[in-house]
Amino acid sequence: MINEIVSMNGYGLYVWSAFSFTLISFGSLFLITKLQLLKEKRKFAYKFGSLNTEEVRVAESQKINKEILAGILSSKI
Amino acid sequence: MLKFFEPNKIFAITSRAPKYVLFLFIIVLSIGLTEALFLSPEDYKQSHSVRIMYVHVPSAWISLGIFSLIAFLSLVSFIFKNKNFSLISKSLAPSGFVFNIIALVTGAIWGKPTWGTWWAWDARITSMLILALFYSMYLLSWKIFRKEEQAIKIASIIAILGAINIPIIKFSVDWWSTLHQSSSVQILSKTSIHTSMLIPLAIMTAAFTLFSILIFLMKYNTELIKIKNKGLDRL
Repeated sequence: MINEIVSMNGYGLYVWSAFSFTLISFGSLFLITKLQLLKEKRKFAYKFGSLNTEEVRVAESQKINKEILAGILSSKI
Repeated sequence: MLKFFEPNKIFAITSRAPKYVLFLFIIVLSIGLTEALFLSPEDYKQSHSVRIMYVHVPSAWISLGIFSLIAFLSLVSFIFKNKNFSLISKSLAPSGFVFNIIALVTGAIWGKPTWGTWWAWDARITSMLILALFYSMYLLSWKIFRKEEQAIKIASIIAILGAINIPIIKFSVDWWSTLHQSSSVQILSKTSIHTSMLIPLAIMTAAFTLFSILIFLMKYNTELIKIKNKGLDRL
């Protein structure tokens, strides 16, 4: 049974390599994109942390900045 | 209507959506893989090698769909001078390019047992390779040109020019004698593929679409935060 699934009448090498290539590509693209997002989030948190009180007030007046900060605190993805 | 697409308004949605899309993608992909690898029948001529279709065909469809969308958004961004459309196009490109590469590689793997060769300069394969070149040029233009206005302009021109290749890919099997068969899945007329194979194909297409949405959302959020980082520098 397992041998049959692996060999697929002699086509196993082709089928499994096509599916593996697809899934590895998905994994790599997901990881690269996630790392880029994390890098930008860290940069944002660092820059926001180094602002003075007046600059923080100006930055916080933009809703999107608050959303980014909230995302940094709670994000898992 | 265009105001709906303003980053400040949609970031609240795009920043929360990825975790739900990822969850849905994992479920749909698991069902799709089970159907494609174990439950769907083998072909009477191609035997089990037909299973490669379940990754090859959706990848080709999605890479074509994404490039068409990029070209359309580039044109709209040209007409309405809307930078957000360029940002959306830029965020769509990486997943489109990866799907294009998957289609080419899995096509080569499928070609060996069915045609006896990894590669042929067939009209469909060559036009898909040209699409990969357009994707590469599009992505590179954002890296090479540092001035935003210039990058938007060059990338848009590449996308609009590349759109000429889309109908060529679609109709290449009708216009030229190629190794590829003509379309089995039709939207407007009867589909010639059996339901037992059409269902896993549809599930895998749904899974791949969800993956491209996931990557798009993550990339779009990255680009928006990048812009906001520049904004903090100016304070």
